[in-house]
Amino acid sequence: MANIILSGLAHSYSENPSGMDDYAIHALNHEFKQGGAYALLGPSGCGKSTLLNIISGLLTPSEGDVLFDQQSVTHLSTAERNIAQVFQFPVVYDSMTVGENLAFPLKNMKLPKQQIQQKVEEIAELLELSDILTKKARNLSADQKQKVSMARGLVRENVSAILFDEPLTVIDPHLKWKLRRKLKQIHEQLNITMLYVTHDQLEAATFADEIAVMYQGKIVQFGTPQDLFERPNHTFVGYFIGSPGMNFIDFNKMDTSYAAQALFAKLSPVQQEILEEVKSDNIQLGIRPEFVQISQQSEANAVEVDFVSVEHLGTFQIVTTCFAGKELKVRVSEHWHRQSDVLYLSFPSEWLKLYIDDYLVGESMESEHE
Amino acid sequence: MGKRKVTGLVVYLVFVLLPIYWLLNMSFKTNEEILGGLTFWPQHFTFDNYITIFTDASWYMGYVNSVTYVVINMVITLLVALPAAYAFSRYKFVGDKHLFFWLLTNRMAPPAVFLLPFFQLYSSIGLFDTHLAVALAHCLFSIPLAVWILEGFMSGVPREIDETAYIDGYSFGHFFVRIFIPMIRSGIGVTAFFSFMFSWVELLLARTLTSVDAKPISAIMTRTVGAAGIDWGVLAAAGVLTIVPGVLVIWFVRNHVAKGFALGRV
Amino acid sequence: MNKVQNNRAWWLVLPMFVLVAFSAIIPLMTVVNYSVQDIFDQNTAYFVGIEWYQEVLRDTRLHDSLLRQFTFSFSVLLIEIPLGIAVALTMPKKGWQSSLCLILLALPLLIPWNVVGTIWQIFGRADIGLFGWALNAIGVDYNYTANTVDAWLTVLLMDVWHWTPLVALLCYSGLRAIPDAYYQAAQIDRASSWAIFRHIQLPRLKSVLVLAVLLRFMDSFMIYTEPFVLTGGGPGNATTFLSQTLTQMAIGQFDLGPAAAFSLVYFLIVLLVSWLFFTTISHMEKDKSDG
Repeated sequence: MANIILSGLAHSYSENPSGMDDYAIHALNHEFKQGGAYALLGPSGCGKSTLLNIISGLLTPSEGDVLFDQQSVTHLSTAERNIAQVFQFPVVYDSMTVGENLAFPLKNMKLPKQQIQQKVEEIAELLELSDILTKKARNLSADQKQKVSMARGLVRENVSAILFDEPLTVIDPHLKWKLRRKLKQIHEQLNITMLYVTHDQLEAATFADEIAVMYQGKIVQFGTPQDLFERPNHTFVGYFIGSPGMNFIDFNKMDTSYAAQALFAKLSPVQQEILEEVKSDNIQLGIRPEFVQISQQSEANAVEVDFVSVEHLGTFQIVTTCFAGKELKVRVSEHWHRQSDVLYLSFPSEWLKLYIDDYLVGESMESEHE
Repeated sequence: MGKRKVTGLVVYLVFVLLPIYWLLNMSFKTNEEILGGLTFWPQHFTFDNYITIFTDASWYMGYVNSVTYVVINMVITLLVALPAAYAFSRYKFVGDKHLFFWLLTNRMAPPAVFLLPFFQLYSSIGLFDTHLAVALAHCLFSIPLAVWILEGFMSGVPREIDETAYIDGYSFGHFFVRIFIPMIRSGIGVTAFFSFMFSWVELLLARTLTSVDAKPISAIMTRTVGAAGIDWGVLAAAGVLTIVPGVLVIWFVRNHVAKGFALGRV
Repeated sequence: MNKVQNNRAWWLVLPMFVLVAFSAIIPLMTVVNYSVQDIFDQNTAYFVGIEWYQEVLRDTRLHDSLLRQFTFSFSVLLIEIPLGIAVALTMPKKGWQSSLCLILLALPLLIPWNVVGTIWQIFGRADIGLFGWALNAIGVDYNYTANTVDAWLTVLLMDVWHWTPLVALLCYSGLRAIPDAYYQAAQIDRASSWAIFRHIQLPRLKSVLVLAVLLRFMDSFMIYTEPFVLTGGGPGNATTFLSQTLTQMAIGQFDLGPAAAFSLVYFLIVLLVSWLFFTTISHMEKDKSDG
């Protein structure tokens, strides 16, 4: 059991990295607290599996340190770190029974037989594997095999952490939900640090208390699912989390059109102040489709947009509009009906976010609780 | 990788290479030097042994003969094994299992058993002492293995590929040559490697079925035993020259073999 | 994969069938024909039933040869299979080192068998061969042309040199097919290298090992050329294996009847032992998966 601290971590798979592009991970600092349930969320190739393998010790980072409880473990083996890891595809030892599979890590630690027996039965009970303990592992279905590999991770006591590398990829959708809940329960019972890698935001949100979103080898935001949704720290988080993702509107300070004026008026004093001073041209305003208000009549401070299309998605609809030449999506209730091709949108101040060079700025305590 | 592992591997590779090196070493020596005393490398480096072989038609024709029947064997083997393997991998048909098993039993027949009957069979149809006779005899052993290896590779290609091709309007022949064969290139590489391997190295049948015109190099090598004893230098040079085609073949299929071994049945 | 029932597939198999049948069935029939007749010349032959078989099965020369053959084949398997696995385990997994190893290993497999014999004939001689010379230099009285044990060991060593690479290549391909995740999981589970071998590598090598054992058994059981060149079957009959006994009988003495009967017995033994190997191993597999 340990706090896991990553300090100045960088990793490149090539021996002589020539540029930033050669790094799978760079300039990464982070802390995972003991006992938490965390998710590492990001698209394929963002470096999340690399990070996981660095934490477990299967990879040694090119630069930086991994610390468990202030102790550097960067150059320690997986065994010395006492880590458990579950892989994307189920790994079971074909020639052994399910029970022998579970006992295997314990046997390698040379624990007394009785203790092994007891622990195996306990974990088997927990993961509902008791009935098949004597079965050969090779004859199991994919989801049962994955349960066995999870159980092998859980069976050791006092592990520093359990790492899951997209463990539900091969599992049927209806079983995915069940297994995820099982993991959550186990986390509550055992109080072990769990780190769960996935590219599925729903999976991350249901499993983890806090999510680290990775993008281009960095953790761009770390927070609760609610944080990620309401205050995306980075345009990538806004775009990646939520369905559909956040709307981004390019903002030009010199623009004197009515629409630009209306948007500027909606910004908080802090945001306006920053805008006055900023030098960068890369300015974007972000708002979630859920928070945009739509109206069929002209209203004060509302901007006029053209209707493009509408998608019916069960309990809600997504309206796509065209605002200043760019698409802007709005989420409306299932009962909404369009009356004309011209619509009016307004943007509540509290949900209008300012991004400069892709990072969120101008958030103050006041503006949060307006 | 541990140091001990590397040492072990190096020791083994030295064990593999040393006898071959010794043959190479001897092929560049004169007979006087060979018999005069043991030397680790040629003191009087000479190409005479090789010159002897390359200037004497009865010597170098041996190589031509060997290469000829090996190539004929490889071509026949692939031509008949490809469609057969496709049939085994895609269809069920009357007697398929028995046929496959019977095919494999041929691989288990000791060549010595077939010596005499082969001799009589090929003599009676006038094929004795032709390249074709040796190639056909070798087919008995190379085809079963070829069908077996190819069937493994073909089973790895999903049926959907075939079906898509038919839907797209390909005829069977067109599909097979243009789409299917390129997909199992590695398999064909491995098969060719094994056909070559068997046919090139076999001596017993090749020697029995030939006398003059198609005599393989391996049989000609026995000539070095003369009244004056064995001509070691020429024998060694002839031996070295038989290794060269093998090295070339490995070089050409090296990528296929590494990949093919891993993917296929072998 | 679900195969489609289609008897027209026979057309695809037919060329292969005709070709193999021509080279297999006609000669086999000839052998069967000889084995039940006493042939004096082209036109005079008498049906003798199973007489030749009885004679062959009683022949002590054949008993000795068969015993030598089994001893040899089993020694070959005992040495080559473990050695081949060990070599495969130590081979580098990627890069030019791995290609180099593959090429060097495949080398002995592509040398004509009589040349293999020649290589060892030279290599083992005390006067001009490095191996024989080295052994004598360190005080071992080694002479494969005169000493029975030396001859036998040299033939065995030659076969190990010649064929272990095949086992190694097969195992290497089997090992390469194991996904990395297995090794990573084993590392996480703190498996010792022995445990990795026992529980990950060995189970996944099973199918290639079946093939290796079968091939090595069959081919070592049919060995002819290499010992023929190396020792000529001597000294005495120490290295005269079945194929050589058979060739002596058929071509040397022209005893067609007994030779034919012997051929069939020989073929049957190979089939029987191969079948035994195969079913034993498949059964072992079955028992395990049922358990």
